[in-house]
Amino acid sequence: MDEMPIQTGDDVVRVRQQVRTAAAENGLSLVDQTKLVTAASELARNTLVHGGGGVARIEVVKSPNGRAGVKLYFTDEGPGIPDIDLALTDGWTTGTGLGLGLSGARRLVDEFALDSKPGSGTSVTAVKWSR
Amino acid sequence: MEQVPILKIGPTLFVSIQIDLQDDTVLRLQEDLADELAASGASGVIIDITAVEIVDSFIGRMLTMIGSISRLFDAETVIVGMRPAVAITLTELGLSLSGVRTALNAEKGLEILNGKT
Repeated sequence: MDEMPIQTGDDVVRVRQQVRTAAAENGLSLVDQTKLVTAASELARNTLVHGGGGVARIEVVKSPNGRAGVKLYFTDEGPGIPDIDLALTDGWTTGTGLGLGLSGARRLVDEFALDSKPGSGTSVTAVKWSR
Repeated sequence: MEQVPILKIGPTLFVSIQIDLQDDTVLRLQEDLADELAASGASGVIIDITAVEIVDSFIGRMLTMIGSISRLFDAETVIVGMRPAVAITLTELGLSLSGVRTALNAEKGLEILNGKT
């Protein structure tokens, strides 16, 4: 699937809608769709607010045992995260939220990877599998 | 930016969210509600989220804040119509919406507000 820009709040809504469509088309249950879209919303907001904007990519993937899944990529070229472990801690916040964005998004998906270095942006990958 | 309408019926303000919420829209709603509470002297707010497909940490925090703001105007907020999938996701996210009442639907929400003396 094409890359989607994340530069405005409207873009965040569009990413959510695309993730919803991909999740529904690939057999995720309503609860799993909702979890994935919620995670996408958190991650897209991070890309916009903390990364200064970036791109999202949505991919349909297959597991070795044949289950379908939806894989999300979010990348930005923002300031990066100095301490990833700290950023993934419940309640840790840059001051604008509850500190549940990243840690919550990680809980809502089946696979989660975060790569970031100060000064060179952040990329997050998240996968949710159909059951 | 889209705007969420606020209806005043008797002493209650009704807000029914029918659009895909973006952060600015929720912030706007918070301000509009505060203005409306101050102007109307309403004693209760019902926020219907039947049509809301996701509540993430930002929207959840804003709902909690609306509850706190209402209390400063001596009004109680009841959130009604949460979808089961949203309730499960919110809980897993770690959000409890503490400080706001919830009810199954608008009718039960009104009962809660009417029971308030």
